[in-house]
Parts: sequence; C-alpha cells; structure tokens
Amino acid sequence: MRIVAEHLSCIYNAKSPFAVKALDDVSLTVEEGEFFGIIGHTGSGKSTFVQHLNGLLRLPSSLKRGKKKDDTVLTVGEFDLTSKKTDFRALRKRVGMVFQYPENQLFAETVFDDVAFGYKNFAEKKPEQGELETAVREAIEVVGLDYGAVKDASPFDLSGGQKRRVAIAGVIVTKPEILVLDEPAAGLDPLGKREVMSLLHKLRESWCKTVVVVSHDMDEIAENCTRVAVFTEGKVKYVLPPAELFKRTEELTELGLDVPLTAKLVLALKKRGVTIDCDYTQEDFIRKVLARRGEKC
Amino acid sequence: MKALEYRDVAFSYGEESAFRMEHLNFSVEEGEFLAVLGHNGSGKSTLARLANGLLTPDGGEISVFGTPLTEKNLFEIRKQVGVVFQNPDSQAVASIVEDDVAFGAENVGLAREEIGKRIDFALRAVGMEEYRTATISRLSGGQKQRVAIAGVLALKPKLMILDESTAMLDPRGRREIVEVVKRLNEEEGITVLLITHFMEEALLCSRAVVMNRGEIVMQDTPEGIFKRGEELITYNLALPRIGEICKKLRAGGMDVRDALDVNTLAEEICKCVS
Repeated sequence: MRIVAEHLSCIYNAKSPFAVKALDDVSLTVEEGEFFGIIGHTGSGKSTFVQHLNGLLRLPSSLKRGKKKDDTVLTVGEFDLTSKKTDFRALRKRVGMVFQYPENQLFAETVFDDVAFGYKNFAEKKPEQGELETAVREAIEVVGLDYGAVKDASPFDLSGGQKRRVAIAGVIVTKPEILVLDEPAAGLDPLGKREVMSLLHKLRESWCKTVVVVSHDMDEIAENCTRVAVFTEGKVKYVLPPAELFKRTEELTELGLDVPLTAKLVLALKKRGVTIDCDYTQEDFIRKVLARRGEKC
Repeated sequence: MKALEYRDVAFSYGEESAFRMEHLNFSVEEGEFLAVLGHNGSGKSTLARLANGLLTPDGGEISVFGTPLTEKNLFEIRKQVGVVFQNPDSQAVASIVEDDVAFGAENVGLAREEIGKRIDFALRAVGMEEYRTATISRLSGGQKQRVAIAGVLALKPKLMILDESTAMLDPRGRREIVEVVKRLNEEEGITVLLITHFMEEALLCSRAVVMNRGEIVMQDTPEGIFKRGEELITYNLALPRIGEICKKLRAGGMDVRDALDVNTLAEEICKCVS
C-alpha cells in the first residue's frame, strides 16, 4: 500500500485562543516497501502526521461539506481518508501503529493474552483456539522472544526491552502491511536500541511491507532508512534519502536537528582538507576512509 | 565528606524477581558530578531509590552526608536528596509552574515569604522565570523537566539524582537539562548523580561508574570507561559508535588511536590518509 498525502493541514484547538497549526500543507508520498524515516524536533508535527495514517486523527468534516474547494488528498492504498465512507476498522488492521513507550499499554495478565487481544479484536468472527495460538506464537517469535518461556508470564515481570517487544508483537499480530512506529527505541539502553532497529529490518523483510518510523536518533536513521522526511513547524522541509539529506549538515543544525556521527566526521574531515563522499552509513564511511589510506599506514 | 555511601547494601524486589542486589559498596564525594551507566535492569534506578528511602534495603547501611538513613530521619534526608525521574508528564502535581515548584517547599512547612524566595531562586536557576505563571501542560518536555528540577531545587538539596531524566526528551531538551545540571553542580556546589544511557552526557561528568547485576563493576573517568570497550560489551553495554568506528578502522589496517570526540578522530584519520 502506498501512502499519499497532498496539502494536508491540521489545526488543534481550532477557533480557540490556543489554536495551533500542527500540520501546514504537507505533501508526502511513501512507496510500498520503504523504510521511511520522519525526523524533526518536538512540536514539528511528526506525531500528528503519523496519527493521520490510520485515521486516529481524522480530517475535519468541513472538508467534506464543500464550503470551499479543497484539494486535500490522503490515501493509504485503496483507502481514501478524505471520504466519509472509509472503513477505518479495515484500515487499522492493515496499518499497525506502535506509539511511544508502547509498553505502557500492556494490560493483560499474560503475554499470550496481551498479544492475542489485537488479533481477536480485528477478527471477523471469534477465532478458533488453534488459529489464535498460531498467530500469537508467530508474532511473539518474530519479535525475538521465546514463546514457551514468555507466553504464560505476566508482561509486567519482563525487562524493559522485552516489554517493548511484547507490545510490538501485539500490534503486528494482525499482519499489518504498513507498520508505523513513533520513537520505537526511546528510553532503551544502547544495545536495546540496536536490537529494536534490527527487529524492524527483519519485520520489513518478512512481515510488513512498509515501515514508517519517527525518530530523534540520526545514527539509526542514517543506517536504516530508504528516505527521510524532515518536519519543521508543521511543514515538510525535505524528503530525501539519507545519503543526500545528511550532506546538508549545516542546514539541519540550523533547524536545531542533530546529524549522524558519520556526517559530523565527514564535516570535520572536510575542514581539514579530506573529502569523504559516503552514504553516511557506518560501513560505507569506513570503506571510503580506508580507501584513502596513505602509504605511511 | 562523602555525600552518599552504600555499605554492603542488599536489596531484592521479592522472591519472584530475577533482580538481586547483594553487596553494593560505593560512595559519592561531596561536589562530585558522577555518571551512572548500565544496561536496563542493571540496578541504576534501584540505587537511586535507595538513596532517599523510596526503597528500604534488606541489609547493609546507606549514609547521606555522614548520617545513616533510618526510618526516623527519612524526611530530613529527603530534604537533602532530590530525585528527578524520567517521565516529564508524570512528575507535576500542580497545573501552574509556580504552584508546582512550591509544592515540596510547602510540604516541609517553610514560611510563605521563604517559599516565594525559593521559587524565585529555583526558576532562575533553571532558566524558567518567564514561565512562572504558565500552564505546565503547555510546556515542552525539556521545560517540564526543568520545572521538575526547580521543584527539587526549592528544597535546597545538597545532592541531586537524575534518573534518566533526559531519556524522553529530544536532543534540544536533553541539552537544556544537562546544561542546567552542570551549572548547578559548578555554581551551587550541588553533588549530582546522573543516571544516563547517553555517552555525550556521561562525558561531562567528573567520574563514571558502570552497574551490572546490582553491583558497581567499573569506576573510572568517563573517558577511561568508554575506552574499555571490550569490558563494556561484557556488561551488555554497547561500545559507543565512535569507538566502534575506531575499532573497525584499525581492523581495516588504519592505525588510529581511540578517540571519543569527532575532532580527535578526524585528526587521527588525517594523519593516515594521503
């Protein structure tokens, strides 16, 4: 499923003194199969944008009344989110959403029940026990947990990283085609962060077709994403592959955004007269630097 | 003078929990700015919560500025030890900034006039004096955490513990908090214990310790700790990215020395490229 947004705007607390334009004429396309990154500092509209993707935030009804001609487009696959007739339940089954700190949403007595909840909720009719077990087992295993060891455990007795995996399993159990995650690695220790990112890669290869991830961690963005959208004050400033985006280190810094370590090193080397042209992944950076190795070393 | 001392402290969260702290021995000197590192579940937060009696040890003794912590002096000790937690949205008790900052000071029964002074001082110290009458829910995460710090400061603590207080903030919010805390340490002489997963934050500290399974397993300068990469890995901590790059460049035959900051590594690379 392809995500297409054109001229998308969103105002919170409209017609009140606290009105905030969270999205301002955003146009953006995410192709099927992408590992799409969204960056921007707090309040730039990232979360507001992704919450539109499965209809958690709806387009204001005035759009549809045709008061004035409106050119807003928002489609996810065959779902037209500007239409009143959208089947949001069907949409949400196919667009999985993992919020920030998803482990705060764990609620059931056992890991099995927690993961099964979403599956039962979206099933057309009550699933057979065997079918439910297969789905839950697959979801728990794909996130890298030992099904036999955790299924009867309370999710609250698990470690932070494990809880987050269970929460992700509870979303992917319906096999969504698009998985949207808001800061999936925040608050984890460095090793936990990398494990979550490699899990997302695995999911995109074997489970969900498209992954959309909101993140502050530029190193992870540079390592993983096919393209990145930069949000600032509700607008989309750039949509570029990391290799192009992080060439603009100075502009990004001006926007108050960080850049990956590799981009900082490229800039520091450039100031010293050494030009390294890499795609900002660690692997490529190292390869390009080693290729410049002089006779002396 | 030791600001905080743990002598053979034991603690567990009950039979069923896998976590055990058996012999924690460790102290923090007055005026120190100490980083505490460790993977999730290594016992960092337990250490923090033991320091002001939110948790009671099963054995051993904890002293705060030379006074052993007991049930009787708990409230006195808490005036000296302020803790700021991780979540900016779960620490406010009032809806307006000044009311929230005043809460702790009111609670210990300070005179009204004194409370006013303390609010002025605390908000100025965290750079939030313009927001005195602002609504907390409309602040950014970094601003909310600064209000939380101000609430602690209003009690004029001698020791502050930040338990991953920057984990939920964006890079800008993180910088705000670390700058404020560093200044409080330097200018007000407050001892700081900074629990963090971020190398850049730990590098600002004067000393760092690594926790694993409820014990202190490494103590060194932050630079010293991050250069002992192999050891960090055995404690389930990742090698910082910059250390990883140094290591891989060396593996590829480039003779660069270990570096923890971008400019040093750039210099090292320049020496080796044509």
